[in-house]
Amino acid sequence: MEPAIFVERKNQIHRKGEAPFDLECDKESLAGAVSQRACVFCGSRVVLYPIADALHLVHGPIGCAAYTWDIRGALSSGPELHRLSFCTDLQEMDIIFGGEDKLYKALTELIVRHQPKAAFVYSTCIVGIIGDDLYSVCKRVGQERGIPVLPVQSEGFKGNKRAGYHAACQAMFQLMGTGDVSGISSHSVNILGDFNLAGEIWVIRKYLSRMGVTVVANITGDGRVDDLRRAHGAALNLVQCSGSTMDLAKMMEEAYGTPHIRVSYFGVEDMAESLYAVARFFKDPEIMERTQALVREEIAALTPQLQKFRAALSGKKAAIYVGGAFKAFSLVRAFRLLGMQVVLVGSQTGTKEDYQELHDITDEGTIIVDDSNPLELSSFLKEKDVDIFVGGVKERPIAYKLGVGFCDHNHERKECLEGFVGMLNFAREVYNTVMSPVWRFVPRKAAVDMHNP
Amino acid sequence: MDSEENHDTAYISTTNACKLCKPLGACLAFRGVEGAVPFLHGSQGCATYMRRYIISHFREPMDIASSSLGEKQAVYGGGPNLKQGLSNVMKKYGARLIGVATTCLTETIGDDVPGIVREFRQEAQGEEPAPAEIVTVSTPSYSGTHMEGFHAAAKALVKQLAEPGEPTDAINLLPGLVSPADIRYLKEILEDFGLPGIILPDISETLDGPAQLDYEKIPAGGTPLASIKAMGRSRATLECGRSLLGQETAGRWLETRFGVPRYALGMPIGLQETDRFFKVLEETSGRAIPSLHALERGRLLDAYVDGHKYLFNQRAVVYGEEDLVVGLTSFLAEIGVQPVLCASGGKSGHFQEAIAEVTGEIAPEPPLVMEGADFYEIAAAAEGLAPDLIIGHSKGYKMAQTLQTPLIRVGFPIHDRFGGQRLLHLGYRGAQQLFDRLVNAVLEKKQQDSAVGYGYL
Repeated sequence: MEPAIFVERKNQIHRKGEAPFDLECDKESLAGAVSQRACVFCGSRVVLYPIADALHLVHGPIGCAAYTWDIRGALSSGPELHRLSFCTDLQEMDIIFGGEDKLYKALTELIVRHQPKAAFVYSTCIVGIIGDDLYSVCKRVGQERGIPVLPVQSEGFKGNKRAGYHAACQAMFQLMGTGDVSGISSHSVNILGDFNLAGEIWVIRKYLSRMGVTVVANITGDGRVDDLRRAHGAALNLVQCSGSTMDLAKMMEEAYGTPHIRVSYFGVEDMAESLYAVARFFKDPEIMERTQALVREEIAALTPQLQKFRAALSGKKAAIYVGGAFKAFSLVRAFRLLGMQVVLVGSQTGTKEDYQELHDITDEGTIIVDDSNPLELSSFLKEKDVDIFVGGVKERPIAYKLGVGFCDHNHERKECLEGFVGMLNFAREVYNTVMSPVWRFVPRKAAVDMHNP
Repeated sequence: MDSEENHDTAYISTTNACKLCKPLGACLAFRGVEGAVPFLHGSQGCATYMRRYIISHFREPMDIASSSLGEKQAVYGGGPNLKQGLSNVMKKYGARLIGVATTCLTETIGDDVPGIVREFRQEAQGEEPAPAEIVTVSTPSYSGTHMEGFHAAAKALVKQLAEPGEPTDAINLLPGLVSPADIRYLKEILEDFGLPGIILPDISETLDGPAQLDYEKIPAGGTPLASIKAMGRSRATLECGRSLLGQETAGRWLETRFGVPRYALGMPIGLQETDRFFKVLEETSGRAIPSLHALERGRLLDAYVDGHKYLFNQRAVVYGEEDLVVGLTSFLAEIGVQPVLCASGGKSGHFQEAIAEVTGEIAPEPPLVMEGADFYEIAAAAEGLAPDLIIGHSKGYKMAQTLQTPLIRVGFPIHDRFGGQRLLHLGYRGAQQLFDRLVNAVLEKKQQDSAVGYGYL
């Protein structure tokens, strides 16, 4: 049988220990390889989507809007305008004569109908080709309606998801500096790169509040336009999921001098270290004391509950394939805490530095892969005989078809996996899939059992 | 309220679409062909989004290849990427057929896909492994819906593959977009009539397959390539879908090109539309309805009688693809449910007429028919109609929740329930399942709304 790996892709796959580490990445996907990647539009859409009181208008054909309608678990504590799917639904005539007029009318009618605090207008492939002047239409409607109307340059073909993150950050940056920052505490932060899936940002906010740190803007989970406008008043930016919002943190640092630290809320070690990093930043012994107490309390409550899962899962093997590599770091550590071994780790859009870090924290023999596809992933899962695969909806059937457990760690998930409580939920998720009795009947295991009755 | 809100003009934008894009339909159709890999000529995101959307319904692998165009290719043309992609899919997947659908990007930059494929074939001559069949279809997302894409792909398959030759006894069956369970049942029916059938496309196994030892690069099943090639020699074509009236479909092309008689039918949903379907099978096979199916029909009728009072005068909103909605409306009308709103995101131009045909003399009053509608409009109209039941796919859930009305899930996509690929809609058996689900939805609501706690209804 034809091996699963394309010659063109062999340098994007590394087995730790077999050769000096030098992984190729940040390349265009190979045509015909069935990449798991999405597009620029997708990157922008996922980052901005949770801003709940903004109008999100997709300027393009219906598919781009339909496939991104209310699919994420990004919760809002108030308005839910983000859960509606707005589209200019371009038709043949618009392609021939240009879509600007339609965009103008669509924006106007939707702003009148929904009274949003701002509007984001997403450009799609087709708009990039027909050359609609998004900027001038947005500017005009913004002036007429008195709200910020922000173009997002997210033509699908102009790169991968990371380019979309950048376009989203640029759009959000337009809002910053336009709000009143008076009264913001000196012990304040913005939360960047958290999308409030299953209410996760609320968990983090609660921790920060217990520490005595206030949050100015959620960027973007449970996000609000007015908060974004005054986000430059915060003392510190906490950047999670560095791929998606690091650009924004850098822009803010340059323009407003807001420092940032990288954090991760997944897993016990990373969660605790992130809170300590915040405490250290503020150099306030009281905050540090409260943080220490918080971490002690949470870990004391969590540890006994994790024991049962750890006992059952110890020695099992895990595979990870996620969008951005940053999340994978935490996952490697979280699995280790459960006594499990990560044997495959990869991402759609990791950078050289990301992969180097993955290489440094994983065990010998671990497969590290960039921009993989179903054929490769399924062959790795089989080769490594894994017990659980962590990924998103597109990875799920690969695992299930082969009779391998699965945990959804992508934007569609409805489980809170952040914070100390998230570690417990994660352990339970992993346990629920790995320990299910159904695996003993699937062909992969049944075949083994037949040979060793 | 802002005065502009009161304007009685139609909205130009779409909110919560009740349709999907054309290439998605083409991918679904290509997935129903043996040894085929669907391939999108466009940017990477299209393939990935559609994969996710389809996987979430079928819970099956759905590999869609892409030519993964970047900025450079968008400027200079996507030909080289398309060729490289085709070659890679042949090598790695061992595809026997690649179904290439275009996207808005490649339609607009003006790539001549059939021309590029011709070049590719010439260049690949004599190469090993033998090149796969390549079928191309034009599916710009800015016109039509996923159903137009689905039918266009089915037509492209017969048009580019069917060959002349000796007539056969086979019957071509073009059922439209139905579930894998529906197709398995259709196969059973044809077999029971002793009719050699060619069902195109056939997703019964490719999108509802068994657990595997290995990841199948291309899932087993699908309409055999040899059968598609032979469709021009079949004895008749049965083509389902009343909205297809007058359109250049696969069935019509087989009729014009090869003289295969075409029976135009509605989707066989409910008693009457299924009776029409079985009548054609009786005619073409020369056999009476097999006893098993006669029995199923009898049981269905018996159930209609047993359950009629629960459903009579219940008001229903139905939405989805035009042909599915027409079939469901016919079924609802015959069981005494009053279809008050029939809506679709599609715009074939025949929807209103088709609904009138199936409700005409049986429904007490004609339903409101909305074509080219989105869920914002459907929900607004439904609110004023005070429905008792809502029938459609998962995307109407928000509306059902707001109206506190039971949603009976049918069709595609089912993203908020389990087993969408196994839902049966067609034939006497499908009608039986739909009927039971409708009655039970009414009973459940009754029970829920009552403080008495009746355990005996």
